[in-house]
Amino acid sequence: MFEPLTLARTAHFAPAAMLSGVTFFVLFVAEPVWARAFRGREMAHLVLLARPILLTRLLLGFVVVAGRISPVVAQEIKTGDLQIEHPWSRATPGGAQVAAGYLVITNKGSAPDRLIAGTSPVARKVEVHEMSMKDDVMTMRPVPGGLPIGAEKSGTLAPGGYHIMFEDLKAPLKEATKFVATLEFERAGKVGVPFDVQGVGAQAPMPGGSGHDMSSQ
Amino acid sequence: MRRRFRHGAALTVGFVILAGAATGLMRLPRPAKAPTIGGAFVLTDQDGRRITEQSLLKKPSAIFFGFTSCPDICPSTLLEVTNWLHALGSDADKLNVVFVSVDSEHDTPEQMKLYLSSFDAHIRGFTGTADQIKKIAAEYRVYYKRVPLEGGGYTYDHSATVYLMDKDGRFVGLVTYKEPEASALAKLRALIVGKSLPFTAPYDGKPS
Repeated sequence: MFEPLTLARTAHFAPAAMLSGVTFFVLFVAEPVWARAFRGREMAHLVLLARPILLTRLLLGFVVVAGRISPVVAQEIKTGDLQIEHPWSRATPGGAQVAAGYLVITNKGSAPDRLIAGTSPVARKVEVHEMSMKDDVMTMRPVPGGLPIGAEKSGTLAPGGYHIMFEDLKAPLKEATKFVATLEFERAGKVGVPFDVQGVGAQAPMPGGSGHDMSSQ
Repeated sequence: MRRRFRHGAALTVGFVILAGAATGLMRLPRPAKAPTIGGAFVLTDQDGRRITEQSLLKKPSAIFFGFTSCPDICPSTLLEVTNWLHALGSDADKLNVVFVSVDSEHDTPEQMKLYLSSFDAHIRGFTGTADQIKKIAAEYRVYYKRVPLEGGGYTYDHSATVYLMDKDGRFVGLVTYKEPEASALAKLRALIVGKSLPFTAPYDGKPS
């Protein structure tokens, strides 16, 4: 689920590669043909003008493709003994005033810590909540006293379980944007964490891209 | 010796027939006295129209409950349902798909419309007064409970099941939380053509 190195945004990769391919074809195959056809005529200067434009487009295409291929390094934040990975959230459906944030916290130290509170410019209230299912009934409650992260243990906040609850949102969360929340730990203190906003109802963090992309359908 | 064998055989055959009949009887649907799921209700849809149980007849329905201030399970369920509807293609038109709010305080028809605009257009949103919601929840045997949160605000505990009803408004089955998509789709396809639902073992709740 959490691969640090991934071929990201394959959906964007194909069009970028195609664009480069087409430009390459035009520049090195089609263009010399029409350049020869126009040689010596009045229009010849237009052909010469087109060359640098095409060349720039080709280079841009390569840059885009190279950018897509390069491995995306997982987002990692360190504070004291804590390491925080893959902070992500979901785009909010229309009119929704709450959102859940998810991440993985690893305590590399020898003393237990605890996620006790948080603040964020996007919400008026930030709390740690736990969702649970019993007999097919969903319940959601604040975690009293915060979420303990044992020494040399790791805690995962993921859909269907613990989450950071952003309540009373000041604005909708939009897919493919980021927002910051300051999380407060009992020992490690405060740390700013940038959350990646994935698609509505996404179930897992997608490095560099979004999961179920609702907005494009 | 031979006679005794015949007696034994007759006894065995008789016993088998009896046992078969008993098993058959056990498999027959229980008479109408058993509690039913579904029934009469009056609610308002996302366009402000009055809706009753009659509005859902002629087509089979998938009905589930939630509220729009729910951060995890409701958007997840709505997205799952959206994915099912995409997978069904044009057959999705043969279903009523309804998200019923349990939150009369906050979920107005306008709010339902806005919220559902983020999901498949087949999904309709019903809401109503506290009493109207109480009535449909009782009919569908849906559990929900308003839970106040510290420092103001509230949340709802609620059933996360999708109820499947036939075109005559009779309950035919459930899709449970995190049921694998293939299983949910098999049930919906059976529901659309009016066949009995494929049997699936109760889902163990582990993510698919």
